[in-house]
Amino acid sequence: MIETLLEVRDLSITFRAEGRETRAVDGVSLTIARGETLALVGESGSGKSLTALATVKLLPDTAEVAGSVTWRGREMIGADARTLRDIRGNDISFVFQEPMTSLNPLHTIEKQIGESLALHQGLTGMAARERIVELLTKVGIRDPETRLGAWPHQLSGGQRQRVMIAMALANKPELLIADEPTTALDVTIQAQILALLAELRRAEGLSMLFITHDLGIVRRVADRVAVMQAGRIVETGPVAQVFDRPEHPYTRKLLAAEPKGRATPPDDGAEPLLTGERVRVWFPIKRGFFKRTVGHIKAVTDIDLTLNRGETLGVVGESGSGKTTLALGLMRLIPAGGRISFLGREIHDLRGRGLRALRRDMQIVFQDPYGSLSPRMSVAEIIAEGLGVHGLREPGLTAREAVARQMQEVGLDPAMMDRYPHEFSGGQRQRIAIARAMILKPEFVVLDEPTSALDMTVQTQIVDLLRDLQRRYRLGYLFISHDLRVVRAMAHRMIVMRAGEVVESGTADEVFERPRTEYARALMAAAFNLEAVEGAVAD
Amino acid sequence: MEAPAPAIPAPARGLFTLSPLNRRRVRNFRANRRALWSLRLFGVLFLLSLCAELIANDRPILIRFQGALLSPLMTDYPETFFGGDFETAAVYSDPVVQCLIRTGGNIEGCLDQADGLGPAPVAEGQAKGWILWPLIPFSYSTVDYEVATAPSSPDARHWLGTDDQARDVLARVIYGFRLSVLFGFGVTALSAMIGVLAGAAQGFFGGWVDLTFQRVEEVWSSMNTLYVILIISSVLAPNLWVMFFIFVAFGWTAIIGVVRAEFLRARNFEYVQAARALGVGDWRIMVRHLLPNAMVATLTLLPFMLTASIGLLAGLDFLGFGLGQGYPSLGELALQGKKYLQDPHLAITAFLTFAIMLSLMVFVFEGVRDAFDPRKTFR
Repeated sequence: MIETLLEVRDLSITFRAEGRETRAVDGVSLTIARGETLALVGESGSGKSLTALATVKLLPDTAEVAGSVTWRGREMIGADARTLRDIRGNDISFVFQEPMTSLNPLHTIEKQIGESLALHQGLTGMAARERIVELLTKVGIRDPETRLGAWPHQLSGGQRQRVMIAMALANKPELLIADEPTTALDVTIQAQILALLAELRRAEGLSMLFITHDLGIVRRVADRVAVMQAGRIVETGPVAQVFDRPEHPYTRKLLAAEPKGRATPPDDGAEPLLTGERVRVWFPIKRGFFKRTVGHIKAVTDIDLTLNRGETLGVVGESGSGKTTLALGLMRLIPAGGRISFLGREIHDLRGRGLRALRRDMQIVFQDPYGSLSPRMSVAEIIAEGLGVHGLREPGLTAREAVARQMQEVGLDPAMMDRYPHEFSGGQRQRIAIARAMILKPEFVVLDEPTSALDMTVQTQIVDLLRDLQRRYRLGYLFISHDLRVVRAMAHRMIVMRAGEVVESGTADEVFERPRTEYARALMAAAFNLEAVEGAVAD
Repeated sequence: MEAPAPAIPAPARGLFTLSPLNRRRVRNFRANRRALWSLRLFGVLFLLSLCAELIANDRPILIRFQGALLSPLMTDYPETFFGGDFETAAVYSDPVVQCLIRTGGNIEGCLDQADGLGPAPVAEGQAKGWILWPLIPFSYSTVDYEVATAPSSPDARHWLGTDDQARDVLARVIYGFRLSVLFGFGVTALSAMIGVLAGAAQGFFGGWVDLTFQRVEEVWSSMNTLYVILIISSVLAPNLWVMFFIFVAFGWTAIIGVVRAEFLRARNFEYVQAARALGVGDWRIMVRHLLPNAMVATLTLLPFMLTASIGLLAGLDFLGFGLGQGYPSLGELALQGKKYLQDPHLAITAFLTFAIMLSLMVFVFEGVRDAFDPRKTFR
C-alpha cells in the first residue's frame, strides 16, 4: 500500500464581493501518493492555482474555504499558524510561474536560499554554504561556488527558475507544488527544466502537484491527471487512460484543441507586398558628458525578407531574439535602417504625414489582450478610433454601423459594443483587438504573439479566424510567435531568429521537416518532443 | 458573400448617463459616510457663503418707499432720494434714513425724532414704508459706531462679537470663508491645469524636452515664494489678482512630477502603441489614452494643493503681507486673536473656522481619492 501524502476532500473556495458570490473552486477532491506526480490541467480561471494554494492556506483573506485538506493525516484547514509554517517550505514547497518576480532583486541567491535553511533547519555559516552549493549543483547551475554572490538580475530566466527549484528543494520537501513553472520560459529552456524536474523526482523520490495548461507537458511529466473546468474536477485518472480514452466532453475538447491544419497557399502567383533589405535596428549606448555613442545594442541586424500578398511569414525565436523589434522597425514604429518597400513604395524615409497615411495599410495585433485595450474606452470607441483618424467612412454607413459589421466579422455580438473591455474574456478581447486592426482594411498585419496569452481552445478559434480573414482579404501577415505549433498552423514561409540575426529561412515545410541548422533542430525538438538537446542552447 | 445587416444597439449614452466606471466611483464615494456627510455639510456652508450678500450686509435687501419696491442691494440711492439732506449714498444704518424710508420722506419729523421729540408721522399722501434687513445687518467692512469698546464680546447685536475696528466677526467669517474657498479652488484649478499640461508634455515627448523642462522647474521651484511675495508687494499694491497669479506661478510645479511619471509609464502601454499604429496623432493619444490614467494621480495631490494654498494665504495675511486691508481675511482675524488674548472669541472663531473648513475639504477629497482607487474595495 502506497502512503497517501496529501488528501483533498470536497474543497470549495468562495469569494464574496459587492454582494455577489463567486464559487471559484467547487467540491474538488484529489489525492497524491508518495513519489507520484499529479497534473492539474485546465484553462485559466478554472481554479487550479487556488486549489494548490489552499493546501497550505496561502489564499487571500477574502476567500471562504470549506472542505478538508489533510497532510499525512493532519488537517490543514483551520490549523494554527505555527503548524502551517512548519509544513510550508519544509514538507510542501512551491515553484511559481514567474521567475522574474519570485526572487527578491535585492538579495544574492546565497542569501535567498540560505534564508529558508536557517529558518527550518537552523543551518548557518559554512554548513549552510555547503548545502547551498550542493543544491545549486543538483539543479544544474554550473560553477555554483562562483554563483553564490550573484544577484537575480545577473541570471537568465532559466537559471532563475533553477534557483527557485533549489530554494524549493532546500529542506528536502516531500511534495513539490509547481504552478506553471515553465510557462514563462522559452521552449528550449522549458525542455531543460522539465528534464531537471524528472531527474529530481527520480533521485529524491519527490511527489509533485504539477499545474499547467499545456497537455504536452502533462503527457511527459505526470503519472495521473485531473482535468478542471470552472472550479470542478471533471475527469481524473492515469495519464495514458485519460489521453487515449477521454470520457468527459471537456477533456475531449481540450485534447482536440491543438491548432491543426496547414496554411493553404494563396491561389494566384506571388505578388510582393513588403520587402526589407538589410533591415537593422541598433540602439546606441551613450556614455559620458557629451553622450558619445560608444557602442550599440544590436537588436536586429541586416535582415532581408519578402512578404507576399495573402501569405504569412512566420518569425520564430526565443525571447530577446529581436522578433518584435523587427516587426516594429518594419512598421516604422521605431527608427530602422535599411531599405523597406511596401506596396511598391519606399517607406524607410517617410515621416510625419506620409507615415501617418501609411498606418491605415499596416496594422498590428499585440500579445496581451488585457494591455492592448484602453480600459476607459467602450468597445465601440476602441474599434472606431482608427476610422475617425483616417476619415474613412463609407457613404451611408455610420461609425456604429461600421463597428457592428466589423464585430460580426470577427465573431462578436454587436449588441455588446457599449461595454467595456473588462467585461470580456481574453479570447473576446483578442477579437476586439483584431477588429480594431481590421476595420481599416489593411494590407499588412503584424501579429505579435496574438495567441500566447490565450487558452488552448481559444487559441484554435483565433487561428481559424485569422486564417479566414487572410483568405477573404488577401492579407499579408507577419506572424511572430515562440509557439511553434501555432506557427506550423499559420505560416507559409518562415524565418528563425537568434540574437537579432536570421539563422534559417525558407518555406514552412522546409524549416519544419528538414531544419538545416543545429539551432533550428534544437528548437523543433524542444517544441514538439519537449526534449532538451545538450550543447545546442545555453540557458 | 454579403453578411446580413447586424442589429445595432442604439447609443446608450446621453449627456448625463455615466459610464459604468464612473457609476462605480459614485457608489464608492457614497459608501464612505464621512466623506458624504462632509460633502453635504461643506456644500451647504459654501452655498450659504456664496449668498453672503443676502445674509450679512449693511444694506437692506428690499425696502418699500413711497409705495415703490426698491432694492438698495442692487442700486445705490443717494440720501436725497429719500428726502434727506446729503447727496452721498444713503447710510441705511442711520436711524434718520430708516425713519425717512418708513415715513415716506418726512424729513422734519425724522430730525425731530432723532432729537427725541417723539415718533415721526408718515408724510401726507404717502404709504407707510418698511425695510427688509438681511439676517446680519453688517457687511465685512461695516464699522459699527454703536460699539463702545472694540473688540467687543459676543452679544445679541454681534453674535460673534466685533474685532478691533468694531466690525462684525460673523460677517467677516462668512465673507472670509467664501474668499478663501474660491481663492483656493481657483489657484488649485489653474495650477493643476498648467501642471498637467507641462507634465504631460514632458512625460510624452521625453528626451531633451523632458530634460530642459525639468531643469527649468527645479530652478523655478527652488525660489522662495515668500521672498518673491515680499518683493512684489513692495512694488505692487497687493490685491487679490496679484496674489492669485503669484500663487499659481509657484503652485503649478507641485503636480508635474506625478503627471510626468504617469505619462512616461503609460506611453509604452500596448494600447498606446496600438493607437500609434492606427495613426492616431500625438495630441489625441495624450487626451484620450494617457490623460485618464494621469487623472487619478492628479486627484490624490489636489487636496494638498488646495489646503496648502488656503493655508498660505491665511499665513501671509497673518504676517501682514497678504491681501491687506479691504478684504475679509481670515488670517487677519487670527492675527487679532493673537493680539487680543483678553478677547478669546477672536482666536476661538479663527481656529474653529480654519479647523472646520480644512477638515471638511480633506475628508471630501479623501473620499474622492478612495473612490477613484481601483484597488480599494468597499463593503
